[in-house]
Amino acid sequence: MSAIPLSHILILASILFSIGFVGVISRKNTLFILMSLEVMLNAVGVAFIGAGSAWHQADGQVMFILILTLAAAEVAVGLALLIQMQRRFKSLDIDLLSKLKG
Amino acid sequence: MSNSATSLSQAHLMMGLNSLQLMFYFAAALAIVASLKVVTGKNTVHSLLYLVVSLLAVAVCFYLMGAPFAAGLEVIVYAGAILVLFVFAIMMFGLGQDETLKAPQAHAFKLSNINIWFGPSLIAALLLAQLIFAIDNSAVQEKLTSNIIEAKQVGILLYGPYLLAVEIASFLLLAGLIAGYHFAKPEGVSLGHNDLDKQKETGGHS
Repeated sequence: MSAIPLSHILILASILFSIGFVGVISRKNTLFILMSLEVMLNAVGVAFIGAGSAWHQADGQVMFILILTLAAAEVAVGLALLIQMQRRFKSLDIDLLSKLKG
Repeated sequence: MSNSATSLSQAHLMMGLNSLQLMFYFAAALAIVASLKVVTGKNTVHSLLYLVVSLLAVAVCFYLMGAPFAAGLEVIVYAGAILVLFVFAIMMFGLGQDETLKAPQAHAFKLSNINIWFGPSLIAALLLAQLIFAIDNSAVQEKLTSNIIEAKQVGILLYGPYLLAVEIASFLLLAGLIAGYHFAKPEGVSLGHNDLDKQKETGGHS
């Protein structure tokens, strides 16, 4: 049984998640969007670890490790796309990528 | 006599619990503040500094939740590897120049420019003080070690019921590696057979 109540951990996770979400939808710079995505993934990890420690199961940490690998792969692909975008548009403005707009 | 002793130890335990909770709330507040600074920042490198500090604060939260293995992974993989990837991308390819140019250009070590590195280092110093307090305080240590989830349990689960997930994660990492290489390749470089031979002849790097 964890000393910290699960509800408080979940509150922390949801606050961090909403901060990251606001960053993703409000920033124009693609690099900041990627960093906000990191904050969001991290918040999900907090929720998993908190749940795992509340029930004293190691499954939460297993899921956290999987999230970690997901974040690493996502950052590798995202940063490569960012480099390509910088090369083509000389800018990181996400609004330049609107050719698919219907 | 013994009654008072047990009540004393109970009070001691309660104090340990309370200080553990207080430390958790403190680290959580630091993580939230640092994340806010990440999202609202103007300069990419400053935001990255705050992101590192935010991840460290979350790692302290993990430690206090009784998951020291996850806290170590957070520091090593997130703050160590992924953030270094960010830093390399920013430094080597000049990403985020549009915003750094707008920021006031000043020398980093001038005293008037202290506010650039003051925030992250203040938060990091607060986290360090908290860590030293946690190591020093025996009541907190007692409370921490009572509900720990060891790395052994995680490893047994990872290579038991979750083996397929681990395999899929390794495929994901391989796919990320290949996609990162493919997307970050300079334009016009196609690695056909002739190109490879040409590169070998010139001994060149593209």
